[in-house]
Amino acid sequence: MPVRLLSFLLLLLLWEAASTIAASRLLPSPQAVLSVVGAEAASGALAFNLAATLARVVAAFILAMAVGMALGVAMGRSKAVDRFCDPWLIVLLNLPALVVIVLAYIWIGLNEVAAIGAVALNKLPNTTATVREGARALDRGLDEVAEIFAMPLKIRIFDVLLPQLAPYLAASMRSGLSLVWKIVLVVELLGRSNGIGFEIGTAFQLFDVTRLLAYALPFVAIMLAIETFVVQPIERRVSRWRPQHA
Amino acid sequence: MLDVKVTRKALRTAAGQRRTILGEVAFGLKSGEVAAVLGPSGCGKTTLLRIIAGLDRDFEGEVMLPSPRKIGMVFQEPRLLPWRSVRQNLLLAGGVAGPVLDSIVAALGLAAHLDHYPGELSLGLARRVAIARAFAISPTLLLLDEPFVSLDSALALRLRAELVALVEAQRTTTLIVTHDIEEAVALADRIIILSSQPGQMVADKFIETPRLAMTPAAAAQAKIEIEALIAEA
Repeated sequence: MPVRLLSFLLLLLLWEAASTIAASRLLPSPQAVLSVVGAEAASGALAFNLAATLARVVAAFILAMAVGMALGVAMGRSKAVDRFCDPWLIVLLNLPALVVIVLAYIWIGLNEVAAIGAVALNKLPNTTATVREGARALDRGLDEVAEIFAMPLKIRIFDVLLPQLAPYLAASMRSGLSLVWKIVLVVELLGRSNGIGFEIGTAFQLFDVTRLLAYALPFVAIMLAIETFVVQPIERRVSRWRPQHA
Repeated sequence: MLDVKVTRKALRTAAGQRRTILGEVAFGLKSGEVAAVLGPSGCGKTTLLRIIAGLDRDFEGEVMLPSPRKIGMVFQEPRLLPWRSVRQNLLLAGGVAGPVLDSIVAALGLAAHLDHYPGELSLGLARRVAIARAFAISPTLLLLDEPFVSLDSALALRLRAELVALVEAQRTTTLIVTHDIEEAVALADRIIILSSQPGQMVADKFIETPRLAMTPAAAAQAKIEIEALIAEA
């Protein structure tokens, strides 16, 4: 941890030094960025835009995980479903994010449904492919136990199925969150009138790098915090039952 | 009442032929009766048990299960949920917390292990949990598939005694699959003998001496009679 902290401080120092040498408004100093962050926070604009972006991240993430999981389990368990859906999955996996976003805006309109749908559709194939691997590796023996003891559907899902899929879900959650929050910014830049992506777009048009960083960095910090304090603890919790290695 | 009438069970091989793996097997069990299915490895004993349990529906014949249909099954491997504690494994399968469950847990010596995860248990303990799970639902039919295989003989004997005590206490209709004659004699009122592959029922022998009154001499005598029946077949 001290090494990480040191490395982070060094990065800040380098930034500080570079901005002093360049003495250009295109490379503001850390203090200048921080004072804009303070001003935007005080006016409430930062919180408003952060909330708008986070809401889109959460909605798109949940949508993609839920649909991707259901599809992945269906494809992993049934050969027929797998054969039918596989070509669609390959198309989606290889469709550039930008194409999906632009088409969504053209076909559905410049609205929230198109924005969130486009982000979810970008994440969906990854989740499906990962969960499908997990569903293929499901233990038939435990299925038979569930059948013999006539376990209710709720127990079959939460106590038999999901714990087996947990490592795959955790992997897909971690890669999914970072993918989703990056794509959400593009969606906002292209077709929304609030959110971090929109603010960055405005700052770009004004060549206002200070403002650009003042919006980008707090958002990155929040996503890192979610990753560290939400996603990783969940991952540890679901693997609690594994015997600890010395 | 359990009524089993299997006329044939065949598998389609990779070459496309139909291979019979189980021939004609027909028997009934009265409520509370304990029977052992005895036969050499590969004769289709496990297949028969899976047909009775309803896990294999692709066969010719029919099976009438006791009602209400509540099957407790012990597989060859313990098949516990590794991510749930022993207690949760018993409750999730349908066990109800209470004095009956406590007495089952105590009889199998599991009281100290209720909060452990299956990965922390030895194979012997995991087998005990699987047996406890089957009894915990107060089954109308108990099915055991070689429940003591790959345990050392001293441990197998102890578990066998615990199983006998539980079966006596719960009066459960029980069917045990085994290839071990002594185990069959020690556990069952009745022994159903299958021939080697494809398994076909060749004898249905009642053991006169009750389980708890079984002496080494009576057991040895029963074993000789069964060996004679197998040799005839």
